[in-house]
Amino acid sequence: MTFDYAFILSTLPAFLKAVGVTLQVGLIAIGTSLLVALLNATILVFRTPYLRKLVGLYVELARNTPLLIQLFFVYFALPAVGIQVSGFTAAIITMTFLGGAYLTEVLRAGVDAIPQAQLESGRSIGLSHGQLLRYVILPQAGILSLPSLFANFIFLLKETTVVSAVAVPEILYTTKSYIALYYKTYEMLAVLTLICVLLFLPLSLLLSRLERRLQHGQFGS
Amino acid sequence: MASSGLELLWVSLPQLARGAGQTLSISFLSIAISTVGGVLYGVLRTLNVTWLNAILRVYLELFRAIPVLVWLYLLFFGLPIFFGLSLPSFWCAVLVLSLWGASEVGEVARGALHSLPRGQREAGLSIGLNAAQLYGYVLLPQALKRMTPPTINVYTRIIKTSSLAVLIGVVDVIKVGQQIIERTYESVLIYGALFLFFFFICYPLSAASRVLERRWTQA
Repeated sequence: MTFDYAFILSTLPAFLKAVGVTLQVGLIAIGTSLLVALLNATILVFRTPYLRKLVGLYVELARNTPLLIQLFFVYFALPAVGIQVSGFTAAIITMTFLGGAYLTEVLRAGVDAIPQAQLESGRSIGLSHGQLLRYVILPQAGILSLPSLFANFIFLLKETTVVSAVAVPEILYTTKSYIALYYKTYEMLAVLTLICVLLFLPLSLLLSRLERRLQHGQFGS
Repeated sequence: MASSGLELLWVSLPQLARGAGQTLSISFLSIAISTVGGVLYGVLRTLNVTWLNAILRVYLELFRAIPVLVWLYLLFFGLPIFFGLSLPSFWCAVLVLSLWGASEVGEVARGALHSLPRGQREAGLSIGLNAAQLYGYVLLPQALKRMTPPTINVYTRIIKTSSLAVLIGVVDVIKVGQQIIERTYESVLIYGALFLFFFFICYPLSAASRVLERRWTQA
């Protein structure tokens, strides 16, 4: 078993691109998930009738089903009802569906941790809903949820590997393609491992430190 | 359409049940091994042996940093090359999910043991208990209760993640569903059914975890 360094070198541009795709999918999904979560959290905080029930249902559906099934549903089942999307779009849609639910839970927990008196005093000095959200709730809930938010960002970034199943050319898909084309299994697995360690390990170590510092981390679900 | 859809599901039931059996076997085996391994990890981490902690930290960080799907491919393709050991994809999935699950349950167990008042450990030692007695009679019974709600959450994640086994070739419930779709083109129906299959297994667990959490933190 020899290690083909020249081959690895020749694949580096492709892997750099793949890391770009991983980051792109991950960061877009984190952004859109955060938007969905903020909207949901607002609905939950102000106890908007009906919508609140809908948010609850969405969170339970998204959190209690695998990302892979959600992904296959969007990519393989929606075309049957006339909605055709690319692998990339399917990836963003599904990861937003999943991430939005997780982040909603995180923000809700953050809001729950704010003493009720904060909301009441805000109302009593005549703050509008928007002002209450902007000046009282978000600054406090944001800080309280920071470690959990960060944990879920990393979780989402790692979940991007699952979208390799619908041919999004991220790191795992690129590895699989090279193995299928050139049978350089040994080299490609080494590259994949190295990329994961370089990409995710620093984030994960940072998270461990953050959690130890703030001593409250509810990881993942 | 609706009746023919239900009919299709009914006819395919034996086939789907076989696939579901594979999915649930992987999940159940992994959950059992993760629980035992996780508690062991928690105990070992709280013994405060420097070199042991270092090894366990490396293990934890590797499973936190490298995604489960990557681990599946690493072992599935890597074991034959590096160790000449070719593991069937079913056992490969059980191995990866167990190792990953044990690291997740392990952190929960460590947190629970760590959260017990120091006086418990000191009191146990002062009446002359040895390490096995200290953990067996004093620390673990208390920690196990504390770790139950978050551990149930880890279980739901193991069940959800077991879906990835299809990607290394396990003929699980998803693969069976895909085979039915190839024959009948009923993709919405089948993927809808798979979605609900996982939901109806995971939702009760999540709900139970939440109820226990609320009940035990109030007490």
